[in-house]
Amino acid sequence: MQWTELIIFILLFGLVTVLGFVAARWRQADTLDHLDEWGLGGRKFGSWITWFLVGGDLYTAYTFVAVPALLFGAGATGFFALPYTIIAYPLVFLPVLRMWSVSRAKGYVTPADFVRGRYGSSLLALLVAITGIVATMPYIALQLVGLEAVLRSMGFNSHGFLGHLPLLIAFVILAVYTYQSGLRAPALIAFVKDILIYLVILVAVIYLPIKLGGWSEIFSSAETKLSATNPATEKPFGDILLNSNNQLQYATLALGSALALFLYPHSVTGILASRGRDVLKRNMSALPAYSLLLGLLALLGYVAIAAGTKPITNNATGRPDGNTVIPELFNGQFPSWFAGIAFAAIGIGALVPAAIMSIAAANLWTRNVYKEYIRKGATPRDEAKQAKLASLVVKFGAVLFIVVIDPQYAIDLQLIGGVIILQTLPSVAIALYTRWLHRWALIAGWVVGLGWGMILLYQIPNPATGRLHFGGSALALDKLNIFGWQPFAGSTVQIYVGFVALVANLLVAVIVTLIIRNRASNGTDQTTDADYHVDEHDENLRPIAVH
Amino acid sequence: MSANKQGGRASGLVFNPWNLVLLIPFIVLLTPLYNRESPALFGMPFFYWFQFLVIPVGVLCTITVYRMTRKAPVKPAPGEPADVDRLDEGSAE
Repeated sequence: MQWTELIIFILLFGLVTVLGFVAARWRQADTLDHLDEWGLGGRKFGSWITWFLVGGDLYTAYTFVAVPALLFGAGATGFFALPYTIIAYPLVFLPVLRMWSVSRAKGYVTPADFVRGRYGSSLLALLVAITGIVATMPYIALQLVGLEAVLRSMGFNSHGFLGHLPLLIAFVILAVYTYQSGLRAPALIAFVKDILIYLVILVAVIYLPIKLGGWSEIFSSAETKLSATNPATEKPFGDILLNSNNQLQYATLALGSALALFLYPHSVTGILASRGRDVLKRNMSALPAYSLLLGLLALLGYVAIAAGTKPITNNATGRPDGNTVIPELFNGQFPSWFAGIAFAAIGIGALVPAAIMSIAAANLWTRNVYKEYIRKGATPRDEAKQAKLASLVVKFGAVLFIVVIDPQYAIDLQLIGGVIILQTLPSVAIALYTRWLHRWALIAGWVVGLGWGMILLYQIPNPATGRLHFGGSALALDKLNIFGWQPFAGSTVQIYVGFVALVANLLVAVIVTLIIRNRASNGTDQTTDADYHVDEHDENLRPIAVH
Repeated sequence: MSANKQGGRASGLVFNPWNLVLLIPFIVLLTPLYNRESPALFGMPFFYWFQFLVIPVGVLCTITVYRMTRKAPVKPAPGEPADVDRLDEGSAE
């Protein structure tokens, strides 16, 4: 057990726990018994709070341990996270504003609410909501993987249930204050999380290269280690540059991930909680500060190679856990007190997104399943009560996932999650601009994109780990098989599965629209063109949190 | 109704040429442009520092679009077919 690290970790964890409970009274509203308040923090967060909240939401603990672990294990391909977060903001700059305005005008809380209003189809809204919940659940579980990587590095590396106990305690505390304070809790904690993360990363990327002989030394030792032959595949582990086979995969994975980023319900929650369009526009320019951080952090994967860091073996699964590389690097290279701060940064970094994700999933459940199908006459008070309970269920579902099932499944499901959330793009993002795509065509496209995406993922092996299925998201074009027709037979060039599935989804949606647009009703649009341009100071704006 | 906005605020689908500036950062998807080691900067291969360099480029692009479209009078895009968005009293000219 590492006492110095542990004490600092517990102190900082205690601080955010207090903040989590105090948050209920922060910028207090008349009532928390409304989803506008509990689920969206009163829709009044300004530029700074939004920056911390959305930054804390998108750049998660899992990102912080998994991205450097990718570079540590496979080299340049893992660096896709940087172009992904570079293009994400210019990409969503305009659609996010329309999403905010129409949601503000109509009181929408979830992306599925918007789909419901735009197409008058509760079925399409249900599909979007379920896709969102299914994609979010493993993401929450992965935050636990990040948190557990830190706890195991601090010495909590027991077998069985005891090994998971610290995780369980941390999550019970999180669940209770999220239940009480709603979105205000992660918003307030995000300040502590992000300040700690910035501190740790900046110190790490300045101090460690100096200590280890500079960046050229680090890159050359990374190149040496990665070019060695992997006994499992009889090929090199990776390279510090891309090769002719994985460049397309690199670009399509970056683009697909950027397209998916703001389709995730928790990102939409962060956006809708802001006060107005100017807040969002400023944030689209300010959020890339986190991308810089992520890029630097990714390089710590190479720093860990140069420092000779070894991932520790997870005693619950019996395998070396690549996600412990960064915690172990901090453990080996920093004095204990600073390693404690670093661990707390990653640990608290798991709490903020986990809280926001569980709130987003709870909002979806409440608005698009509970109110739509189970209790039609639910008042705003009932909705808030139901969402609070749902947030507890979602979190304990995630804990069960990690404790009972192999965490590897959470990673597989997260892989699937990215592919399936992308299939809501036509119904959510394209619908912000046009209703040309027919609602039944959208459903058909969703079915095809989702089904085919899953089949393709299932067929991808991973020779390095000896897995036959769900081995990654890089599909060799050779394997692309459309009813027996292989357009790229023999090609070893790789592409991101989600991108292929999205193209299929869009094609089906367009074709079906052309066939049925004059034959079936396309529902009623409850939104008006003006709704997409509403802003905070408009007259006659819909009041927030009215019962 | 919210369709009556002061200051000629837009309704319907609007397009501003400045928005095209948002396409510039997508240069980072063209991997053959930068997938090489030299020239290195502070020991960092070109592949890595080039992508870091696109971060401020992206920031400049979003700031430019924010500034240049802030008070601009917005017109419906010319040549945009009328049935692209459902027309209502808000977008009629």
